[in-house]
Amino acid sequence: MSSPVSTTASIDPTTRRVPPLGGLNVTMLKIELRRIMRNKRTMIFTLVMPVLLYVIIASNAKYTNERAGSGNVSAYILISMATYGAVLASTSGGAMVATERALGWSRQLRLTPLSPIAYIVVKSLVALTLGLGSVLAVNVVGILTNKADMPTHVWIAGAVIAWAGSIVFSAFGLFMGYLLPSENVMQVLGPIMAGLAAIGGLWFPIDKGSVLDHISAWTPIYGLANLARWPLYGGGPHLVWIVNLAGWFALFVAGAAWRMSKDTARV
Amino acid sequence: MTSATEHLGLAPVDPAGARPAVSLTGVTKDFGNVHAVRGIELSIQPGEVVAFLGPNGAGKTTTIDMILGLSTPTSGSLSVLGLEPREAIARGLVAAVMQTGGLLKDLTVKETVEYTASLFADTRTADDVLADAGISGIADRLVARCSGGEQQRLRFAMALLSDPALLLLDEPTTGMDVEGRRSFWSSIRSDAQKGRTVLFATHYLEEADQYADRIILISQGKIVADGSGSEIKSLASGRTVRATLDNAETATTALAGIAGVDSVEVRGDSVYVHTKDSDAVARYLLTQTSARDIEIAAKGLEEAFLSLTGDHDTQGAGQ
Repeated sequence: MSSPVSTTASIDPTTRRVPPLGGLNVTMLKIELRRIMRNKRTMIFTLVMPVLLYVIIASNAKYTNERAGSGNVSAYILISMATYGAVLASTSGGAMVATERALGWSRQLRLTPLSPIAYIVVKSLVALTLGLGSVLAVNVVGILTNKADMPTHVWIAGAVIAWAGSIVFSAFGLFMGYLLPSENVMQVLGPIMAGLAAIGGLWFPIDKGSVLDHISAWTPIYGLANLARWPLYGGGPHLVWIVNLAGWFALFVAGAAWRMSKDTARV
Repeated sequence: MTSATEHLGLAPVDPAGARPAVSLTGVTKDFGNVHAVRGIELSIQPGEVVAFLGPNGAGKTTTIDMILGLSTPTSGSLSVLGLEPREAIARGLVAAVMQTGGLLKDLTVKETVEYTASLFADTRTADDVLADAGISGIADRLVARCSGGEQQRLRFAMALLSDPALLLLDEPTTGMDVEGRRSFWSSIRSDAQKGRTVLFATHYLEEADQYADRIILISQGKIVADGSGSEIKSLASGRTVRATLDNAETATTALAGIAGVDSVEVRGDSVYVHTKDSDAVARYLLTQTSARDIEIAAKGLEEAFLSLTGDHDTQGAGQ
């Protein structure tokens, strides 16, 4: 047996430090962003598709001429598509945990100082950045194509609300990511998101007071869709929109936290 | 058959009074009704290279998971370098190399190392560990395009980033060729010289014998033997003496009393004596009993290993 004692001085455990912020840092954030931009499927679905949908639908002369609140219907479509892009981007960002769990990367990270909270913060920041990219893409193309018409403050308010509200869906993505450990979770979530966007009122306007409207009010995209378009119409936001958004947010966060605690306990 | 723990080498005592690299006291782990770990006492000193040897399902991985802070013991206590496992991990004192997984396919080799490095307060540079692991040349390659061997080197590079005081390896050389195995272990040994403690799980007796200072045999959630490679091998060096003997049952007590006898089995008219000293048993049988048809067979390493670990299912017991 070797004589270990005489040589222990070269690794001194007492000098080692714990990183600040649970390991959160700019390098990992940069690599995470580079990584998501490498994913062609994510890029096409979150950045290209909402823009294309906007360009195709909003260039219809009928929509550029028809008014909607302080703008035209093209503006209404622009805000809707920006919201859709942000929602999809945030969901994709959150759902990355599914891939990472399937590949054993989450387990690998647990052998580093990175805290679970810091990990969730990073995933949310990545989701929000992707969401911002999506909102900006639709809005920039909207300006360049010159079909949408609305006051500047409505442009800005609509974009900001669509983006900020999409945080709800990064929690949704996380929840689903922990629920469905698969490398291709977005193949499942993509169609679900499209369905939720339709019933939530992003694909086509839903008549107020109709049966569909009552159903729509219970679905997760309804609140954000109406809040994002609210600057276009002015007046006060309906309480039901806020309750809808906050309620689903609470549900998704609770679901994600529940699944995450199950995951880290590994019983 | 021996079921009691055989303490061969005494646990090394550290005269400097330094904290053990790993210390487990009465550790158990249950998964529902399954008792995966049934009371492990263990102390590993800094700089030791220790093999955790046992068949699949013996409790090796469960024990390693607890040392890594990935799960907590059902009862008992456990410390790593005098700290809670999670505390030791947060200081970069513990690293592990898993056999599979744990890599993101859409990152390059270098990004993977940089990402990991960014999480530690004290770390070596990415270029350093890539060079050490011999993968500087593929730094810009996507992990998805790396071979199994290259991915294993990458895992190793990641584990060395924080210059860990304790390194855990799970079946580290699976899939490596002879040359790769040799260079892998020579680098492990030189790190151990610097005081790094290495604990590796394996089900290959050969590998444990060749590269570990100390072998801990684990079976059914318990330590069944703990000693140096040669001590463990001497356990495995016994022979089986078979004889035809009338009234075999009555002779078992006397046979079991002969020095070196591990166990005595009676099957019909035949008696099987597992012993380290076959001469003594044969002499006794021939001079003191009416035994006939005596056969002496060497107990293979693997058979001894199986009898020691109490696992008669050859599946997963190595070769």
